[in-house]
Amino acid sequence: MSDANTAAMAAATLTQPAKRRRIKAATLFDHAVLILGALFMIVPLVMVFQMTTVPDVEIIKTGPSFVIGDQLDENFRKAMFEASGFSGENSGTNMLVNSFILGIGFAVGKIVIGMMAAYAIVYFRLRFATLAFWMIFTTLLLPLEVRILPSYEVVQRLGMLNTYQGLIIPLIASATATFFFRQYFRSVPEELVEAARIDGAGPVKFFVDILVPLSKTMIAAMFIIMFVYGWNQYLWPTMITTEEDMFTLVRGIKQITQVMEGNRIPEYGRANLLAIIAIIPPVFVVIFFQSWFVKGLTESDK
Amino acid sequence: MKRAGFATRWLPILLLLPQLIIIAVFFYWPAAHAVQSSFYLQDPFGFGSSFVGFDNYTDLLDNSEYRRIAWFTVVFTVLVTFFSLALALLLAVKADKVIRGAKTYRTLLMWVYAVAPPVAGFIGLIMFNQSWGPLTRLFEQVGHDFTLGVNYNDTAFAMVLVSVWKQVPVNFIFFLSGLQSIPKSVREAALIDNRSASGRFWDVTFPLLAPTGFFLLIINITYALFETFGVIDTLVKGEPGNNPMTLVYKVYVDGFRGNDLGGSSAQSVILMILVLALTVFQFRMVERRIHYT
Repeated sequence: MSDANTAAMAAATLTQPAKRRRIKAATLFDHAVLILGALFMIVPLVMVFQMTTVPDVEIIKTGPSFVIGDQLDENFRKAMFEASGFSGENSGTNMLVNSFILGIGFAVGKIVIGMMAAYAIVYFRLRFATLAFWMIFTTLLLPLEVRILPSYEVVQRLGMLNTYQGLIIPLIASATATFFFRQYFRSVPEELVEAARIDGAGPVKFFVDILVPLSKTMIAAMFIIMFVYGWNQYLWPTMITTEEDMFTLVRGIKQITQVMEGNRIPEYGRANLLAIIAIIPPVFVVIFFQSWFVKGLTESDK
Repeated sequence: MKRAGFATRWLPILLLLPQLIIIAVFFYWPAAHAVQSSFYLQDPFGFGSSFVGFDNYTDLLDNSEYRRIAWFTVVFTVLVTFFSLALALLLAVKADKVIRGAKTYRTLLMWVYAVAPPVAGFIGLIMFNQSWGPLTRLFEQVGHDFTLGVNYNDTAFAMVLVSVWKQVPVNFIFFLSGLQSIPKSVREAALIDNRSASGRFWDVTFPLLAPTGFFLLIINITYALFETFGVIDTLVKGEPGNNPMTLVYKVYVDGFRGNDLGGSSAQSVILMILVLALTVFQFRMVERRIHYT
């Protein structure tokens, strides 16, 4: 046995230079795979961006190319301030504002309501706690998409079509944030509550002065995920908002596509720039708060 | 619940109330309504409705178009799930290995997470533009006349490709974090026992990633079933015609465009049952799954 080992070791020593070269080749291969993957992800976006810098006539002739033109300013002006559609109210600026209202409103609403409910479930002795728990967590099972039509009817009956409440509140009706904060609160050491009670802190003071500051990172992570989720909503806004001044950028993408198709010379530059503006805020948030975002995402499933 | 909880009576009820009201109004009411109206036939002119029992369901199951859409949904889900998981796993394993530029690769591979599905569909429209789309030209090179929105298979291909593109980043993030949580000691032990890199991957890394993979499997199936709505809607430009579509898109088309409330509700209920079955399956598997830590 030991002989065989020694022989193997000797063989390994002998073949070392060859092996090192092989390792280098393997590393090169790893990088090649990663570069291909990164190109697969980024090239479409680069092409879409390139098209916003050249005149639309040019695109009809050549499609995406390597030329960077001077039309970006003009396309930006058209995209942000010139309205498309019938009512003339869905300019890029307006849609951008609506997107921010939906993204931030959804994230804040979900976090506030979720934290409150999770606090009640974890820290209080309640007779119907189990019932409330199950009522809330059943909502995790059925995504909005399977009950869109009846949800639409409810919103219609409440007279909330084409309002921000109608857009945001039904989206909050699932317990992802509640579930997440419940898991997090349960991991907070028990001694904290005891200490707070001995010091005479009531439940409100404990929540505001101890639990909320303690959860800062978790709140940030949740905020990023929920903001992106709200910003990117499509089906629900498509059904609830029919007036063009209520469109978000993502909701308006179909109109943006029609801008591209309708005219004699399709306005590719403008349409593409609007698509890019719809992408920038959520991508920016995800890239710049990467560590929080990844932590929040990968820990929420436990 | 914490052992050392507060005993205040009114406060927890007050805290729970907003959440409970919202889910009662916007979850339980609509869900119950869907189940109820799936047993009724709506008058097309809005003059009330009549009870028809299970007719809406049997009509659906007899409908060959519905069966065709259900079959397409299955194929679509399998393809999207398989390719986005496989591609993400490959990229995560490589990104876990390299030292140089690891952070740059990570950022470049995950930013698409934040792109909305319909915007991804829009980018697909650009790539597959009939006259100058770069991918249409690529197909031209190999002698295939790619027609998005006209040819059934071409449209299905574009839908799968765009959906995979959009989903790879999520899987990548989870696989990478799963890989990085494998203890160093385990890796070193594997390095001593097994000299071939691919052997190490299949014998050690892959089984350790299995829980992550299983969790992602469910996430990806749900994604392919529901969240691809935006991709499909933009790729067919809101005109489904003879193009492929998924079950969720069909619910929308029938209920919102065709005003077939009963049939659409029955479809919703079928989807609800599907999701519930998936969840039950997931819970049972999670109970059984092995923890290595």
